[in-house]
Amino acid sequence: MRDVVFHVRDLTKVYQTGEVAVHALRGVDMELYAGELVVLLGPSGSGKSTLLNILGGLDRGTSGTCRFRDLDLMSLDDRSLTTYRRDHIGFVFQFYNLIPSLTARENVALVTEISKAPMTPADALELVGLGNRMDHFPAQLSGGEQQRVAIARAIAKRPEVLLCDEPTGALDSRTGVRVLEAIAAVNRELGTSTAIITHNAAIREMAHRFFLFGDGRIVETTENPTRRPPAEITW
Amino acid sequence: MASWKPRIGALDIKLMRDLWRLWPQALAVALVLASGVATLILAVGAYRSLDETRRVYYERHRFADIFANVTRAPRSAADRIKEISGVVAAEPRIVKHALLDIEGVREPATGLVISIPDRAPPLLNKPYLRLGRMPDPGRATDVVVNESFANALSLTIGSRFHAILNGRKRALTITGIALSPEYIYAIGPGDLMPDNRRFAVIWMSQEALEGIYDLDGAFNAISVKLLTGANEAHVTKRIDDILARYGGTGAYGRKDQLSHAFLDAELRQLQALSRVIPPIFLFVSAFLVNMILTRLISLEREQIGLLKAVGYGQMEIAAHYLKLVGAIAVVGILLGFALGTWFGASLTNLYGRFFQFPFLVFERDADIYLLSSGVSLAAALLGALKATWQALALPPAVAMQPPAPARFRHLWGERVGFLRHMSQMTVMSLRNMQRWPVRAALTALGLALSVGLLVVSLFAFDSVEFMIDVTYFRSQRQDATINFTDHKPLRALEDVARLPGVLRVEPYREVAARIRNGHLWRRIGIVGKPESSALSRPLDLDHKPILMPESGVLINRRVAEVLELRRGDLVEIETLDERRITRMVPIADIIESYFGLSVYMRLDALNRLMNESPVIDGAHIAYDKAAEGRLFARIKETPAVASIAIQWASLRRFRETLAENINMITSVYIALSVIVAFGVVYNSARIQLSERARDLASLRVLGFTKTEVSRVLLTELVILTLVAQPLGWVLGYAFGWLTIQSFSSDLYTTPMIIENATYAKASLVTMAAAAASALIVRRRVDRLDLIAVLKTRE
Repeated sequence: MRDVVFHVRDLTKVYQTGEVAVHALRGVDMELYAGELVVLLGPSGSGKSTLLNILGGLDRGTSGTCRFRDLDLMSLDDRSLTTYRRDHIGFVFQFYNLIPSLTARENVALVTEISKAPMTPADALELVGLGNRMDHFPAQLSGGEQQRVAIARAIAKRPEVLLCDEPTGALDSRTGVRVLEAIAAVNRELGTSTAIITHNAAIREMAHRFFLFGDGRIVETTENPTRRPPAEITW
Repeated sequence: MASWKPRIGALDIKLMRDLWRLWPQALAVALVLASGVATLILAVGAYRSLDETRRVYYERHRFADIFANVTRAPRSAADRIKEISGVVAAEPRIVKHALLDIEGVREPATGLVISIPDRAPPLLNKPYLRLGRMPDPGRATDVVVNESFANALSLTIGSRFHAILNGRKRALTITGIALSPEYIYAIGPGDLMPDNRRFAVIWMSQEALEGIYDLDGAFNAISVKLLTGANEAHVTKRIDDILARYGGTGAYGRKDQLSHAFLDAELRQLQALSRVIPPIFLFVSAFLVNMILTRLISLEREQIGLLKAVGYGQMEIAAHYLKLVGAIAVVGILLGFALGTWFGASLTNLYGRFFQFPFLVFERDADIYLLSSGVSLAAALLGALKATWQALALPPAVAMQPPAPARFRHLWGERVGFLRHMSQMTVMSLRNMQRWPVRAALTALGLALSVGLLVVSLFAFDSVEFMIDVTYFRSQRQDATINFTDHKPLRALEDVARLPGVLRVEPYREVAARIRNGHLWRRIGIVGKPESSALSRPLDLDHKPILMPESGVLINRRVAEVLELRRGDLVEIETLDERRITRMVPIADIIESYFGLSVYMRLDALNRLMNESPVIDGAHIAYDKAAEGRLFARIKETPAVASIAIQWASLRRFRETLAENINMITSVYIALSVIVAFGVVYNSARIQLSERARDLASLRVLGFTKTEVSRVLLTELVILTLVAQPLGWVLGYAFGWLTIQSFSSDLYTTPMIIENATYAKASLVTMAAAAASALIVRRRVDRLDLIAVLKTRE
């Protein structure tokens, strides 16, 4: 019996914009297991970001089941969702969303200050290979470096789950690989369950499993017999 | 498709949508702007309306230009005065003080009885009859009284009261109620302020008064109207020459006519408040609008880049943003016009009632409307132009990019571990202020200016309270001042001491004189006082009582200023009785007294100067409050007493009069200052929120609560608000100083006093406005759409 982190059944999400109802999710079933690294693939508008946002507590589903371990995410109010994010979730976005007025170390410290058992900001930055750039401000770092700071910031509190939405979307392939290496290192060394959204099919090769999204549903789930390290992935 | 042409351009649609989207901020800017515009219009408008009303009132009711009093002069003297060149009309009359006894009023009141010609309406100082009729010719019981007195005591047509006229108590019946340009402010003898319960202007038939006072074919007062451009000094001199042998005490112009001088001082105060404060308001609002709009447009940088990229010309883009800002400014200006005009009219009405004008003339000159709207519009457009130009200067590709991450630096003091114990949230706020010091400074300055405006709106009350403290509690500590009908020997003091309840008496003498230093002169009363006094005490400039000097005079600060005199200087004194005694006397010291022109001399020295055996004109008394009723009753029956000034009544009236006058306009200013404070903070916070929405959303995603996230914004606002306070106090002091400069007149000088409580009040109001707008912004933070903010490019 594998240790289930997320349990999702028949999850739907409908956005009511004016008179038009947009069905972003039309009944998603999935599980995410502890220590697993999965990739969510699919065209724009296929529902993968919506799912990630619901898993991460940034949004709520319309119907169905969505549980984080024993916690029913569908029934949490705003305040509880904030606590949930604070305690369990690390986020990485396409646009790094670092605080420009804080150095790399301070951006990480922002999170460690409010966490129960964090690693030190230095250790987190070391893990993503930025041990030597800790006192630089975002404006003094390259895009790839900024994204790695964002990863360090996301995992410094030792979250159970790391959710990455297009983490390499704004990066060239060489820099992108370094970012993926950092994510893989976190997954491997900390055992953090990780979900990565991407347009980039090549990235699926580093995952344990990948889901293919289409029109608000998971249309295909594939287990990778052999995973490839990010260094061997090119695009 | 090529033929399709929208009637409203896409840019104009964007303009309207932008306005719709920005409405709360646009409204806040418009309100600040409206406050600036409204203040100028209402204050200047009210002042000009009242000034014009006074002018028209004086003209229609033929308010005289020169007044003179004599002991008794034959009518032929009046005919000679009429012949002086420059004189249009001269009207002799009888003017006498009388002690009144009104049923139900405990305190003795004083009436100024004035004769009215029997055969024709008066030529000068025509009363405006509100109710009833003028007295029947020759009838000694008919009187017309001034409206404020009638109102204060609820007297009406047919009401009766008693007056001691020429030593005899007579019953009088009110036949009419009137206003007079001569007694817009009716101030009783010895009073500092009008007290309508205790002072009446009473018009009676001339024939009747001639009979009562044995003045057949004679007069004791004359009013003179001059041709426009006539030489007042010259005419005054001629009148004095003619009247000297009839006991003339020196003719005087309007500036020494008490009601006119008082009204003038009040109007000047209003003018000062309209000249200094509204321009500050206008400047502050223009400055704030400029600052806010600059930042608002800076946020549009990407859109400006986009418009440029799709082919709009620089002029079109600039015009678009100028229109946006122009629309906000026009709304603000129109709102300001409406508010200013409406408030101005209400204020004019309030003052009109306060001054008891029979009618009002509203002045609405285009110049203040043009000036206020021009300044506001220019400030708004310049702000927009500056920001638009900065964005236009960038190549479109660069402008469309989010601005490169701002370069931050470590804080000064960080290396020494100053910040080690601060949270990252605090560090964010501090570094943010350091990164944009000009912006932080401008926000703080905006807040400081609101504090300053509040201080200057509030401080007048402090000055008035201080005047009260010095005058009534440190200097003039008597309970009442009794004024005799004429000079009495020194032993009259013993009679006063024997009045019921009297505990202490201090004599005084007053001699009408002219005090002159070179070409500078004033009409004054030289007050003779005993060497040391416990009741009515002269105070030095440090507000310590001082002894009367053996020789020389004490003058108050105002006399020293207007006559350019210093301690030790010699000054010429010329008495205004028929002897015209002229002496050079040294200034022994300068004293503090905020009321009138005070010149004090030791009683024995004054009697020596007059070559007279010791005489007195009245006494200051302290009495037992329990015996007040008996004392007043006795005084009402004492023919030797011309009037009595009661300190508590005077103090009450003082507070009412001066405070009311200041109160009306300052309450408007206070309301407008609050709007300004609110506008500044609200907009600063809103713009900060737009600039930092992304940071805040990131924090929310990281698991920070709404409260924690709001703290980042609010910390900065709190720091800036706190920093702004001391600066605001300094600005408030400076504004106050500017205002007070034109507050002073010969009737009263207002000291520059700002109590700590006033600074505190100003700060509290600003902080409350800051807190309120911060709360509104806090609600916006709560509704921050995390996904939208994070997923969209910056």
